[in-house]
Amino acid sequence: MEQFLQQLINGLSLGSIYALVALGYTMVYGIIKLINFAHGDVYMIGAYTAFFVTTYLGMGFLPALLVCMIVCGILGVLIERIAYKPLRKAPRITALITAIGVSYVIEYTTQFFMGTTTRTYPAILPTTTWQLGPVSISYIQMVIFSVTIVLMILLTLIVQKTKIGRAMRAVSADENAAKLMGISVDNTISFTFLIGSALAGAAGMLVGLYYNAATPLMGMVPGLKAFVAAVFGGIGSIPGALVGGLFIGIAETLVVAYGSSLYRDAIVYAILILVLIIKPTGLFGKNEREKV
Amino acid sequence: MAKQVLSKANMIWSGLILALFLIVWVLMGAGIINSYYESTIFTICFNIILAVSLNLIVGICGQFSLGHAGFMAIGAYSAGIVTKMIPNLGGLLLGILIGFAISAIAALIVSIPTLRLRGDYLAIATLGFAEIIRICIQNMKITNGAAGLMGIPKLTTWPLLFFAVVISIVVCTNFVRSAPGRACIAINDDEIAAEAMGVNTTKYKVMAFVIGAILASLAGSLFANYFYVLNPNQFTFNKSIDILVIVVFGGMGSMSASVIAAIAIGLLNMWLQQFTDLRMIIYGAALVLMMIFRPQGILGTWELSIERFLKNRKLKKERA
Repeated sequence: MEQFLQQLINGLSLGSIYALVALGYTMVYGIIKLINFAHGDVYMIGAYTAFFVTTYLGMGFLPALLVCMIVCGILGVLIERIAYKPLRKAPRITALITAIGVSYVIEYTTQFFMGTTTRTYPAILPTTTWQLGPVSISYIQMVIFSVTIVLMILLTLIVQKTKIGRAMRAVSADENAAKLMGISVDNTISFTFLIGSALAGAAGMLVGLYYNAATPLMGMVPGLKAFVAAVFGGIGSIPGALVGGLFIGIAETLVVAYGSSLYRDAIVYAILILVLIIKPTGLFGKNEREKV
Repeated sequence: MAKQVLSKANMIWSGLILALFLIVWVLMGAGIINSYYESTIFTICFNIILAVSLNLIVGICGQFSLGHAGFMAIGAYSAGIVTKMIPNLGGLLLGILIGFAISAIAALIVSIPTLRLRGDYLAIATLGFAEIIRICIQNMKITNGAAGLMGIPKLTTWPLLFFAVVISIVVCTNFVRSAPGRACIAINDDEIAAEAMGVNTTKYKVMAFVIGAILASLAGSLFANYFYVLNPNQFTFNKSIDILVIVVFGGMGSMSASVIAAIAIGLLNMWLQQFTDLRMIIYGAALVLMMIFRPQGILGTWELSIERFLKNRKLKKERA
C-alpha cells in the first residue's frame, strides 16, 4: 500500500508533465484539426532553453521558466506561420506530413548543434524531501504540481474569460462563422500555438529538471504519449487533457512498478488503441456527425 | 486471355525487366559493381517493395498508415529465426511464408478495428500498433530481445530479390486495375460517396491493408537475409517515416513514382552518407517544402505506361 501510494505520487508528477504537453495538442487539434507532431520537439527546445539559461546565465527557477515559455511560444508561432499556414486548406494528410517534417528539422538541427550528449542541469532547486506519512514527496515534484496547477488555472481563465479566449472557442467551433463575425482567424490560430507551445516549454523545463537530462530526441516519445493523453481525455477538451495526462502518467508508472519497465511504452499505445476502438471521442469529447 | 497477357506492351516490359536484371547481374559478376554499390542497390530494392506496398495503402486506398515498419519487422524476424535453424533456400521460403501468415494475421487484427477511424486517428493507431510489435519483439526470448539476432545466413541473392521486386510491383499495379482496386480508389476519392454507391468500404480497406502488410513482410524477410544482423531498433517509427517519405516524394497513388523515388532517394542517401546528421535535416526540410509547394509529389499520379507510349506513337504515325 505504501509503495502504491508512493508510485501514485510519482505517476502524478509524470502525468502533470504529460498533461501540460497534451494541452498544446488538444488546443491545436481543436482549432485546426492537425496533429502537431512537432509539439514534442517544442518541449525538447524548452528543456534545452532551460539548460542554457540556468547554466550560462545563472538564472533562478522562475525567470528560467518564464524565458522557456516565451522562447517556446515564439517558436510555436514561427512553426505555425512558416509551415502550417500555407496549408490551411490542404488535405489533412498533407499537413500531417508537414508536421513530421518540421519535427525532423527541429530534432536534427538541435542534434547538429548540440551533439547527442545528455546535458545536465545545475542545482537550482533544493533537494529537500518531505515525508507525508508513508510517502515522500521531493521538492521538484512539489514544483511540478504547483506549476501545473497554476498554469492550468491561468489557461482556463484565458480561454473562458478573455476576449481572445472567446475567439479561440469560436474559431474551434466554426472557422467560417467566426470569420464572418469579424474574428481574425489567423491571429487566433497563432495565439493558440503561442499558448500551447509555451505550456510545452514549461513542461520541457520541468521534465529536464525532474530527470536532470536533456537530449535532442527526448521529445519524440513523450510527445506521442501526450497525444495519447489528449485522445484519451477527448481531443479538443481542456479538462480532458488534464485527466488524460494524469491517467497516462499513473498507468505508466504503475506498469513500471508492478510489471516490467520494458512494457512501459506498450501500455500507453495499448490504452490508445483501446480508447480509439471503444470510444474514439475520448472521455470528454463531443460526438460529431460527419456531413457530406 | 492469352492475347491479353502476351500483348505488345507486356512483352516490351518483360524485355526491359530482363535486360535490367541481366545487366546488373553481369556487372556484379564482373566485379564492376562492388559490395558497397551492391548494398546500395539491394537497399533500393527493399525500399521499392516497401514503397509500392505502402503506396497501395496510402496512395490508392487513402488510409494513412504510419506502421509499415512493424510489418517489415515481423517478416524480418520470422525469416531470421527460421533461417538460423534451417540455413538454406527452403528455410528462407518457409520463413517468408511464416512472415506472410503472421503479418497477415497482425494486419487483420490491426485493421478491422482501426480502419473505422479516419485520417489522422488511423495514422496514430497504426503507429501505436507498430510500436507495440516492436516492443514485443524487444521483450521476447526467441527474438533475443534488444540485443537482436546475429549470424543470419546471407541467402538473399540478386535474382531472388529482383524477382521479389518484380512480383511486388506486378501485384500492386494489377490490384489497382482490379475491381477491388477500383473500389479502393473510390474510397480514397470520397469514402461516404463510395459507401453510398454500395462499396463495402471496410472490406476493401482491409484487403489493401493486408496485401500491403504481406509485401512489407516479404521485404523484411529478404532484408534480414542480406544484412546478417537484426535488432528491434531498425524498425522504429523513423523507418515507417522513411518509407512514407519515398511514397510522398514520388507521388501518392502512382506505383512508377514510388519506384523512381526509391531509386532517387537511395542514391541521395548514398551520397549523404558522409554527413549523417545533415541528412535528417535535409529530409525534414524537403518534406515541408514539398508539402507546401508540390503536395502531390514529383510525379503526382502519373504512371509510366508503355501502352500509352505505343498508342501515342501510332497516333503520330497515322497523322503523318
